Amino acid sequence: MTDLARSGQAVAADAAAARPAGRTRAARAMIDRYRWYEVVGLYAGIALFLFFVLAPFIEGFLVSLKPLSQLFSTPYSFIPKNGSFDAYVTMWSSVPMLALYIFNSFFISTIVTLIVIAIVVPAAYAFARFNFAGAGLMLGGFLAVNMFSGAVLLIPLFRLMRTMGLLNTYWAMIVPGAAFLIPSAIWLLRTYMLRIPRELDEAAWVDGASRLYTLRRVILPLAMPGIVVVAIMTFIGAYAQQFIFALTFNSKSEFMPLPIGLFAFFGKQEVIWNELMAASFVGILPVMIVIVFLQRYLVAGLTAGAVKQ
Amino acid sequence: MTGTRNATLFALALLAPALVYVLTIVAYPLFDTIVLSFTNASLKATYDFIGWANYQRIFTAGNFTEVIVRTFIWTFFSVSIKMIVGMSGAVLLNAAIPGQTVFRILTMPPWVVPMAIGIFMWGWMYNGQFGMISGLLQNFGVIAKPWPILAYGDSAFWATIVTDVWIGVPMVTIYFLAAMQSIPRDLYEAAWTDGAGRFYRFRRITLPMMVPAIITMSLLSLIATFNSFDIIWILTQGGPSNQTTTMIIDTYKTAIGSRKYGEGAARAVVISIFVTMFCIVYFRAIRKLQQGEAK
Repeated sequence: MTDLARSGQAVAADAAAARPAGRTRAARAMIDRYRWYEVVGLYAGIALFLFFVLAPFIEGFLVSLKPLSQLFSTPYSFIPKNGSFDAYVTMWSSVPMLALYIFNSFFISTIVTLIVIAIVVPAAYAFARFNFAGAGLMLGGFLAVNMFSGAVLLIPLFRLMRTMGLLNTYWAMIVPGAAFLIPSAIWLLRTYMLRIPRELDEAAWVDGASRLYTLRRVILPLAMPGIVVVAIMTFIGAYAQQFIFALTFNSKSEFMPLPIGLFAFFGKQEVIWNELMAASFVGILPVMIVIVFLQRYLVAGLTAGAVKQ
Repeated sequence: MTGTRNATLFALALLAPALVYVLTIVAYPLFDTIVLSFTNASLKATYDFIGWANYQRIFTAGNFTEVIVRTFIWTFFSVSIKMIVGMSGAVLLNAAIPGQTVFRILTMPPWVVPMAIGIFMWGWMYNGQFGMISGLLQNFGVIAKPWPILAYGDSAFWATIVTDVWIGVPMVTIYFLAAMQSIPRDLYEAAWTDGAGRFYRFRRITLPMMVPAIITMSLLSLIATFNSFDIIWILTQGGPSNQTTTMIIDTYKTAIGSRKYGEGAARAVVISIFVTMFCIVYFRAIRKLQQGEAK
């Protein structure tokens, strides 16, 4: 449940307490009761919606099971005939660097996340606690950065990376990747830190703690859940959006993240679709599993970040 | 502890890393783009300033206006469909029926997996000979022969929109769902006691209460969609015959493909002007919404 949802329920609960209990309870129960055709309609709607969302994955998975001969045959059959997991074995030799690509994807996202967190924690604290001149303007400036995509700035970024000697290294993907994730991370963490009562830092201040000590010993532990959310959002951002910088700033296959590593294969004359789909699945499987456990944080991050505070 | 000069210095010190980083990697390139747009920079080591020549060229020769119009149409349809599908998804996932949590988790994959991988899978689905869409339509007898969706301008245009919607929908849905859940329940209960039906409650309570969320999300989505690159580049590279070339694709082709850095920069500046305008609208809207809330 999100905080928003919780506060919504709290308001409802307060309102309910003020009214005759019987009627409210009846209303609440009845509102959530559906007639049979409504239930059927809801499930049908959800099925349609989820089919749209999951269709590429379903198709991709089925493709990975089909032998090549069946893939390139007509008429089309949705369900694989004599499907097998062969592609999951042979892909390691067809895409020899697959394991490295998967590692690179995680490695790049992890370093980006570490950089962003290191930079963003002090910045968010500054925005949350100090009313210095130009704070609002600066915060707005950071938000505006969010609106420019890396694609627009590709030419000067390319020149910058070349000048810094970062082309064809991990850093060519990490440095610009992190820059575009910093603004939203600041925004999100600031929102979170604003909720920490000011009295706590003031108490530390009165006790003679330095500002840095207050940040480290008072704010950081309290902001930990927020930092976790920001870290997860940043990681997902860095992981899901790996494409354009890796495509333009790096041409060495040993540094390629998964999407670019596989993209190179899609350009080839003979595309071994079943193996590429199998490789894609293995590549994204870890994230798919992780989101099941982290979905609460993802929802919290998504809503807190965008909701105006 | 605020307001003193010391505190300001401390705050600026905390901000310095973020500031320096973003100024170097985003602000300086933005400035450099503007400078480059007045030059004839290319692969050659040196370049000259040529005034407004790049801007003159892009607006007189070629199809730049056409590209701008196409970008706006593409963005408009993509954002509208995202909002409609996202709202429908939120309503469905908000219903108190068994399976709710699982359905919510199943909504997320397009958002958390690498975009490019999802787009590869769409690329296969759009394949005329062997893909799922053409294949199933043939199996059901809707079409008689294979339909290579990405090979025709019109269908490729819509195919890229559908994929863009697909990538955006999870975020929109989850955001709308959270906004929906924050609407006080007693409003619905009161309406129910007065005999209001489900649809009436949606129209008269849910929709009006969600106006701020809808405005915020449409504008954020507008900016993201306007800047969308990966989908079109992977699926069609702007083809067939430029029918899916949006401003970002056009800039990329000019600058990185043809190595005309100067002219590409001029195109990028035009994009930046539009993005800045969207930003201003967004900030204004946010401020208005906050004021409305404070009342």
